[in-house]
Amino acid sequence: MIRAQDTKQNWSFAAATETLAAWFIAILWISPLLYAVWAAFHGSEYAIHFDLFAPLTLDNFRQALDQAPFLRYGFNTFVLVSMLLVGQFVLCTLAAYAFARFEFAGSNIAFALVLVQLMITPEILIVENYGTMAKLGLVDTITGIGLPYMASAFGIFLLRQTFKSTPKELEEAARLEGCGVFGILWRVYIPLARPTYLAYGLVSISHHWNNFLWPLVITNSVETRPLTVGLGIFGAPESGVDWSIVSAATLLSVAPLLIAFLLFQRQFIQSFMHSGIK
Amino acid sequence: MRHVYGWLLLTPAAILLIAFTHYPTVATFIESTFSKGTSVRPSRFVGIQNYELMIQDPIFWKVLVNNLWFAAGTIPASIALAIAMALLVNKALPGRSFLRLAYFTPTILPMIAVANIWLFFYSPDIGLIDQVLGWFGFSGHNWLGDPGTVLGAIIVMTVWKEAGFFMIFYLAALQHLPPELEEAAKLEGASRWYYFRRVVFPLLMPTTLFVLVNAVLNSFKLVDHLFVLTKGGPDNASNLLLYYIYENAFSYFDTSYAATLTVVLLTMLALMALAQFFFFDKRIHYR
Repeated sequence: MIRAQDTKQNWSFAAATETLAAWFIAILWISPLLYAVWAAFHGSEYAIHFDLFAPLTLDNFRQALDQAPFLRYGFNTFVLVSMLLVGQFVLCTLAAYAFARFEFAGSNIAFALVLVQLMITPEILIVENYGTMAKLGLVDTITGIGLPYMASAFGIFLLRQTFKSTPKELEEAARLEGCGVFGILWRVYIPLARPTYLAYGLVSISHHWNNFLWPLVITNSVETRPLTVGLGIFGAPESGVDWSIVSAATLLSVAPLLIAFLLFQRQFIQSFMHSGIK
Repeated sequence: MRHVYGWLLLTPAAILLIAFTHYPTVATFIESTFSKGTSVRPSRFVGIQNYELMIQDPIFWKVLVNNLWFAAGTIPASIALAIAMALLVNKALPGRSFLRLAYFTPTILPMIAVANIWLFFYSPDIGLIDQVLGWFGFSGHNWLGDPGTVLGAIIVMTVWKEAGFFMIFYLAALQHLPPELEEAAKLEGASRWYYFRRVVFPLLMPTTLFVLVNAVLNSFKLVDHLFVLTKGGPDNASNLLLYYIYENAFSYFDTSYAATLTVVLLTMLALMALAQFFFFDKRIHYR
């Protein structure tokens, strides 16, 4: 009995230290972002000088927008992300449907070949893919940025799992009602996979909003550059811009996704969780 | 009939996968056996000559060793932190949803933006880290300019960026653990550490494998921050394999050598896939 009492005290003392540790890590983790917000909304003389009553200003944002076309970059990112989302949904749905419900000849080998892309992602093959894009005349186009990611092994994998767990009786029922192959897909499988589409969609948007290396390689003009590449060029140390303006530009680039995340944090976190359970 | 439908449904995705994953993988191997083409001397078959050059290239070895240090520095630290974070916010704590948000936020930020913010932290004398050290009487240090500290600085930033992402997967796994386990451990008088080491950690093994594979992949794929922070310098002290591939292909226009280096990267990824398949699967407790 005494021993059980001791253990209980031991566990509750630890709980208090844990709360402290949890808050300490949280403050450490959020402070770089908070610092960027501080620097962006204050004059550059306050970049390393913290004063609670320092005057707020939007000047840094104005200057960042003057120095680089961030609105255009934002538009490019938006076009890229939307195009990829639609393309991935269509291609991955069709392929996942094939793997989940048609045991066609060679489907196991084909599926293994699809999964190769989980390891060998397009950014590893920048050298050859650049050559392919040059042959197709797609260098410096938004299509060129998106195309290698369109058939996503990750999306095919997730949707195949979901489709496989759909009860077969529903398919039978739909067939008796007169639905064809695509009718069944549209009326049975896709509606029931809605949570998976949401999860995959949010993960895909976050990933491609933030992607940098391949877009950097394949674009070379203002008309195609996404936000990350624009920011990468803007922030280059040799260009000699000051910290407050760089912070403002950084916030401009992350703001749409960050605001969406803060508004729908539960969905975002659930989606990332969902995408990891394999 | 199902064969026809199966293949027809797969075709659009298959064309793109072949064009941008399978074909370039094969083409990389072929290109690595050809010489660098110039306008005067067109590219020709040279066998393993590029590989011989690579073995004699000190930068290649430096970059490879850097990449291994980068992996060794980021993977255990970010996984340990991720487990700790997940254990902390899995309980009823004051401000739990804020804590989760704080841990997870770096995941949503692009690496390039993160690098922009941290560049200022690391800048000598005026940077935030040197300012804080200054209060304690330490003198400034050029964190990114010193070959001895640059890789460490980048590792710290990467751990900060990745720990919250991995935490999510542990949190999902912890939520599936039956609460009776903890009750039983308390009744048996087990210490918290014993309970974690002998009960929780083994049950988290499948998650750890999943996270480990992702962490290893990331340590070879993630080079975005180098473009802003160091450009691989000083003197290649922070250069990583994929960044070196990029430099060769798009700064020195030596696609043959870039392809040769890519073959090394592909081989390492293949080895990891095999290791995962044969070695880890046997040692993991599956429910």
